[in-house]
Amino acid sequence: MTPLLQLRNLCVSFENDGNRLHAVQDVSFSINQGEKFALVGESGSGKSVTAFSILRLLSAKTSGEINFQGENLLKASERKILGIRGKDIAMIFQEPMSALNPLMKIGDQIREVLALHEGMDEAAARARAISLLEKTGIPEASRRYSSFPHELSGGQRQRAMIAMALACRPQLLIADEPTTALDVTIRAQIMNLLDELQREFGMAILLITHDLNLVRHFADRVGVMQMGQLVEIAETGQLFTNPEHPYTRRLLDSRPGNIVQPLPAEFESSEDLLQANGLRVEFSYASGWFRKKTFTALEDVSLAVKRGETLGIVGESGSGKSTLAMALLALQAVAGGECRFEGISLNTASRAQLRSLRARMQVVFQDPFASLSPRLTIEEIVGEGMALHHPRMPVSERRDLIVRTLEEVGIGPDALTRYPHEFSGGQRQRIAIARAVILKPKLLVLDEPTSALDASVQKQVLLLLSKLQLAHDMSYLLISHDLEVIMAMSHRIAVMKEGRILEIGPAERIVHSPHHEYTRRLLASVQFRDP
Amino acid sequence: MRGRLSPNRQRWLRFKENRLGYFSLLIFSALFLTSLFAEALSNDRPLIVHYQGSYYFPLFHDYPETAFGGDFPTPTDYLDPYIRDRFSKPGNWAIYAPNVYSYDTINYFATLPNPAPPSAENWLGTDDRGRDVLARALYGFRVSVLFGMALTAIGVFLGILAGAVQGYFGGRIDLYFQRLSEIWGSLPELYLLLIFASIFRPSIGLLLLLLSLFGWLSLADYVRAEFLRNRQLDYVRSARALGLPSAMIMWRHILPNSLTPVITFLPFRMSVSITALTSLDFLGLGVPPSTPSLGELLAQGKDNLDAWWIGVTAFTVLFVTLLLLVFIGEGLRDAYDTRRVRN
Repeated sequence: MTPLLQLRNLCVSFENDGNRLHAVQDVSFSINQGEKFALVGESGSGKSVTAFSILRLLSAKTSGEINFQGENLLKASERKILGIRGKDIAMIFQEPMSALNPLMKIGDQIREVLALHEGMDEAAARARAISLLEKTGIPEASRRYSSFPHELSGGQRQRAMIAMALACRPQLLIADEPTTALDVTIRAQIMNLLDELQREFGMAILLITHDLNLVRHFADRVGVMQMGQLVEIAETGQLFTNPEHPYTRRLLDSRPGNIVQPLPAEFESSEDLLQANGLRVEFSYASGWFRKKTFTALEDVSLAVKRGETLGIVGESGSGKSTLAMALLALQAVAGGECRFEGISLNTASRAQLRSLRARMQVVFQDPFASLSPRLTIEEIVGEGMALHHPRMPVSERRDLIVRTLEEVGIGPDALTRYPHEFSGGQRQRIAIARAVILKPKLLVLDEPTSALDASVQKQVLLLLSKLQLAHDMSYLLISHDLEVIMAMSHRIAVMKEGRILEIGPAERIVHSPHHEYTRRLLASVQFRDP
Repeated sequence: MRGRLSPNRQRWLRFKENRLGYFSLLIFSALFLTSLFAEALSNDRPLIVHYQGSYYFPLFHDYPETAFGGDFPTPTDYLDPYIRDRFSKPGNWAIYAPNVYSYDTINYFATLPNPAPPSAENWLGTDDRGRDVLARALYGFRVSVLFGMALTAIGVFLGILAGAVQGYFGGRIDLYFQRLSEIWGSLPELYLLLIFASIFRPSIGLLLLLLSLFGWLSLADYVRAEFLRNRQLDYVRSARALGLPSAMIMWRHILPNSLTPVITFLPFRMSVSITALTSLDFLGLGVPPSTPSLGELLAQGKDNLDAWWIGVTAFTVLFVTLLLLVFIGEGLRDAYDTRRVRN
């Protein structure tokens, strides 16, 4: 049987500023009819570029062959490609909001595809569009037909996009990170949907993802990409049990696992470092001309952090977990409740008092590209807090301390005079950690510290954090949407949803006997099964 | 290796790569520097006079005619053939500027009626009052550029200040400030200028003040938007979490990252300022009559269409100045635009 799609020695390169960047080098693989093939790799590995060049959606230099049903797509005429796009090969994207036209009803967008490729008349196309929406599990499909993209939730938008992709019964569906922008509990649903539809339509799927967990449960065969090259292709089962390439092994080993250190006994009985009682945060926004509406982001949140422990806060986007971090750091005004740090109430503390407290409660943010001031050198960035809180420290002593702290997080002293843009994401996150740790804080708030990092870097940063915690007796407030990260690091876990804490308790208890239905669903999505 | 350089250094290198912009900057700087020495280049007073064994510096001191053997204790007219004759006596000498007219020199010894066409005496001819066109264009260029720089500097200072306060604090401050600047911006600028020109004696200072009152508005909007965007970013939140006071966050963290619109607009703002001054002068509402000004020269060109050298000179100087500024501005804009794909 000839394969449906066959790539032979595909090379893709871009020219930028006179430099040639080889994004994909010599990649060959094939996908059979009705097969689920996954391309896995970290960001910049060339997996998306490979997918995009199948439909010639890039303005790049390509060589090699892409054979689809016996025709080389790289040599096909523009007309021919237009006929194939959306009809024989369809694509779904990572961010459904930006892939859908915001000014067009979703039903009309599906109908457009049908009219274009199948020449259907309006009534027939409409009926077909509604049945497609129904198939993807959108409730009240006939009403949703005339909804605009912004009126749907993220999961529904992704379903609508799938409906659009399936409109012409394609032979091959390319799914580029289809669940990355979605909340974990919805991820499983979307993947199950794709699975069902694949069986029903008998199409082949090319899944592009960085998420190994997803691949394990979905794909028949897997290709692993690293720096533009395909380093290994194997059956899914074989790849996970018996990886051959060292990079694959490193990737498989990058899941955080359990790296939490038991809490030293002396801290068990110590007083709480941070206490929050009945915190409430409201945002008001204008509605109409003179009316104002309030949105309650946090409602009656109470928690405590002991010395030396990690409290993990897990929740999906919009659950208010980042707002909670800002409120606990007194960077966000609270509408009610109280927050105490080392026994001092942050709500009533004077400005000067608060300023000196800040040295003892620090924060590391999610995006290492946004969290370092781009025009300052690393020395200035890391030393800024010292200059502020210990202005009398001699410059040479301060520099020594900066060098030592950078060394502790694994950055060499030659970094001092360099600028943030010269470092990779993982290195930047280390620098951001150094900026916080240099002040010897008692509490470190980690707001999604590894979410923007590649899987293999993620684990290293978590290990670093765990090491620093022991060395400096720091308490961590770890915020993440990724339950695996939370489980790996936390002594205690709090589960948040819609601005409230659903349950809070020792990590063991939460994982093994969750009280709340929502927690069970979260846990199930990590293990990738239906709750 | 570009990666090792600071962001500003990288931008400078990118700017230098744009040959049109870079050479425009070089030419403009050369012209401006030259015009700063206008007194030595175009002046009716000699630079140094050696007369009867002593040295005189007419550029810096006024000497009465009696000092050089004249009859009256009035300031010396160095273009007077009698004085020139005295200087050429043995033992005496005088070094004149390359162009022997200042912007307000009237050549009383001209052989042609005014306005006189270009000749060996007046390289670009004279205007209708007998003043040398080259001298007026040179001094006028200097006044225009200096005025443009001053107006731009004041506008940038006020614009950054207003934009920064609005953008950083946001909320109610921003709201009231915005409404205020909308009201301010809708004042009829031209009529105010007309009214003030008739109340006060027009002067460069007054013009600078009046134009400054409105010049900052557009820039403030851009700076405000940059501050609004940047204050949301994590590095600003990190700085707040470190306990840095607001003024320091604005100065150290946000401002350097909000300067892109300020710097890319600088040349364009200068050309707008120069155009504004020129048009006011053209209308007769600008600088006092004796001041050398491109606008006044243009107006003369319009009134004396047969004396083509006046209009053509003023037009050329203005055209070249504005063109250079626009090229510099385009170069800067490209240097600051990192997303632009070069081919």
